[in-house]
Amino acid sequence: MKKVLTTPIDGEEVKKLNIGDTFYISGTIFTARDSAHEKLLGLSDEDLPFDPSEYAMFHCGPAIHKVDGRWEVVSAGPTTSIRMEIFEDEFIERFGTKIIIGKGGMGDRTLKALEEHGAVYVQYTGGAGALMAKAIEEVEDVYFLEELGIPEAFWMFRVKEAGPFLVTMDSHGNSIHKDVAAKVKKNLERIKADL
Amino acid sequence: MNQGDLEDGLVEAIRKAVTRVTSETEDALRDAVDKEGSEGPKVQLNAILENIGVGKGECAPICQDTGTITFFVEVGTDFPHIKILKESIHNAVKRASKEVPLRPNAVHPIDHTNTGDNTGRFIPPIHWNVVEGDGLKITVMPKGGGSENMSKLVMMTPGKGLKGVKEIVIDQVAAMEGKPCPPTVVGVGIGGGADVALELAKKALLRPVGTRHPEEKIAVIEEELLDKVNQLGIGPMGVGGKTTVLDIKIEYAHRHPASFPVAVVPQCWANRQAVLELKDGKLEVKG
Repeated sequence: MKKVLTTPIDGEEVKKLNIGDTFYISGTIFTARDSAHEKLLGLSDEDLPFDPSEYAMFHCGPAIHKVDGRWEVVSAGPTTSIRMEIFEDEFIERFGTKIIIGKGGMGDRTLKALEEHGAVYVQYTGGAGALMAKAIEEVEDVYFLEELGIPEAFWMFRVKEAGPFLVTMDSHGNSIHKDVAAKVKKNLERIKADL
Repeated sequence: MNQGDLEDGLVEAIRKAVTRVTSETEDALRDAVDKEGSEGPKVQLNAILENIGVGKGECAPICQDTGTITFFVEVGTDFPHIKILKESIHNAVKRASKEVPLRPNAVHPIDHTNTGDNTGRFIPPIHWNVVEGDGLKITVMPKGGGSENMSKLVMMTPGKGLKGVKEIVIDQVAAMEGKPCPPTVVGVGIGGGADVALELAKKALLRPVGTRHPEEKIAVIEEELLDKVNQLGIGPMGVGGKTTVLDIKIEYAHRHPASFPVAVVPQCWANRQAVLELKDGKLEVKG
């Protein structure tokens, strides 16, 4: 059976997740890329347009257009998460975001922040933008669109059973990305020695 | 055939190209699911296949990065409309940007302004190949930024020979990790000069997944490298597993005795292509 988490996110549920687990989300997720991280971190608490602790954050710059005055998502896959590594630990600490969705994994700073604040990083399949667009029921809102532009703005998507999300970094200090990198390094040495 | 027909055909080819992967790619992805033992890589592959189904069913771009729309034009010396080809391609890209729609992906490198319609200086890239006859065949390949960023050119010391070439390819696939959205298709260009090697590596991606180079001595290297890179364990989307690369394609050119360029150009699993071809005076779009 599909495991579905709903927003507002229950922090206790997130702590139970381990690397290798797969789940789906129903509720609201917000997009944030490099500029969006920088923007939110630069605001005072009273100026925040929404509460980032309640929703899942999605590293994504969607292909989106307006049809009859309403925003319609064309395709919304994940962008490469490591670019946000320089902001993410501070973001998690200050805003309490519990689920970060992206691709490619993140580094040690983020892994430490996940452990300290009971959060997880999950991978959504790169390029699977059409599938995500199908799970988006409505674009609830968009913030800082004029200032940041379409790919960088905060898009609030109401989703139904969006996913699958694979936990690749959990709140217990484990990272599939780290494990795979270590294995690849060993395999590479062996393969090259046999050439 | 008039310019309107040509532009309509090109817009259709672009739409087809961004909304589906080649059938050989889809077959290879399907086969990969059975090869994977654990849950993580299976989850990624199944999501990829489900996504391909949605793209096809709803005629929606499968990935939000609709790429740089890249054209490979094979045109006969007796084709009567050579004059309008370039303009028609540019017009079709502008139209497709609105009608499909495509994400605007043409940015000025100095002042960062986006043209908004995927055209600009030297963009879209058009590779011309003039052949005998009066035919026309245009292949459209959307090339995403994530995979293009993992391209590599090495001006290898010639003395390193074939073993050196193999090391460069394997090292690069290892260095790419999950970044180019594996399982990828990897194009390799050997010889020529720096420009020729890179162009050959990209053109190699046009050869369908699962087909070997017609020359036996190249075909065996492709097979050996495919086997080796899939032992790295990067897996679908870098979560570990047996399927890192769906296929490796090698093209080569003769080289200067002092130079040995080796180029590697990966394509993401979203290996999207469509062909517009003139047949008996009529334009046909093939997936």
